[in-house]
Amino acid sequence: MNQEMKLAMQKAMPIMTGFTFLGITYGIFMHQLGFNFLFPTLMAASIFAGSLEFILTNLLLKDFSPWLVLFLSFIINSRHLFYGISMLKPFKNAGWKKFYLIFGMCDETFSINFSSKIPEGLDRQKFMLYVTMFNHVGWVFGAMLGGLLGSLITFQIPGVDFVMVALFLTLFVSQFNGEENHFSSLTGLAVGLFSLLLFGEEFFMLIALIIMVVILWFRYKKEVRA
Amino acid sequence: MTLTEQVITILLAALATMATRFLPFMIFRENKPLPAFVSYLGDKLPPAILGILVIYCYKEQIFSFDQKAAFGLLAGLVTIGLESWKKNMLLSILAGTATYVLLMHFF
Repeated sequence: MNQEMKLAMQKAMPIMTGFTFLGITYGIFMHQLGFNFLFPTLMAASIFAGSLEFILTNLLLKDFSPWLVLFLSFIINSRHLFYGISMLKPFKNAGWKKFYLIFGMCDETFSINFSSKIPEGLDRQKFMLYVTMFNHVGWVFGAMLGGLLGSLITFQIPGVDFVMVALFLTLFVSQFNGEENHFSSLTGLAVGLFSLLLFGEEFFMLIALIIMVVILWFRYKKEVRA
Repeated sequence: MTLTEQVITILLAALATMATRFLPFMIFRENKPLPAFVSYLGDKLPPAILGILVIYCYKEQIFSFDQKAAFGLLAGLVTIGLESWKKNMLLSILAGTATYVLLMHFF
């Protein structure tokens, strides 16, 4: 095991485990609706966006509506557009790795990859590739297990999905304590809260991200002038 | 829905998801210089995204505060406190999650 893999294992372990448990829940959910285990497994592998997969499962039981699926999937995952903008520089010149790094860029993987400080001498892109892979494998493995065993599984642990909340909190705190200027972090919190209260759970994140870009545009203009 | 239609539905969902992930990289190609504001966004946006994700985690609690929400808040404080104090990501995440799981189990 090389250094990059070891570090990635350490950083991805909590989420990989959390993804496995959540994946099991998702697999069981599909199993109970009568789907073959290949459905959750292949959906987990090809889409790799948890919330959409749960929603899609319900759509699979309704009438065929391709445009709705395209539109809904794009809107639900539109926040990834902003992750991509943030990763343009870190993924630059990654060669063949770039395809998989972008393919597997879910919320958690993005957050870990962006935030990780890599010791001198280690290859950051290699590290990010392993993080992406561990999280992806955890999710697919869980979905497959849940889909295969269905209701036979009795070792569910309620509340283990809190690991995702803990990840984002930890990354936020570590970002906050390490930065000189808190403008972005604090504005993000405020805009997120404001948008949630005003626009509700469904679309608040997309709206908050757009507002954030507008705010940063004005700040950028001000800094350029200064 | 037939099996073929189900398969198409899944492929379309995967395609739309990949569009959200690949589009920025297709618009701003490696061989062309990055517009200055996009580069600026790349640096300034992530901390804000983390802030918005934190709000996302608590979106249900904000509208309906019950026992489960209180556990989530408590476990969150353990996570934040530990991370500020020990600066050990693994420890903060595991301790925070363990707090939540135990609270859910015993109460």
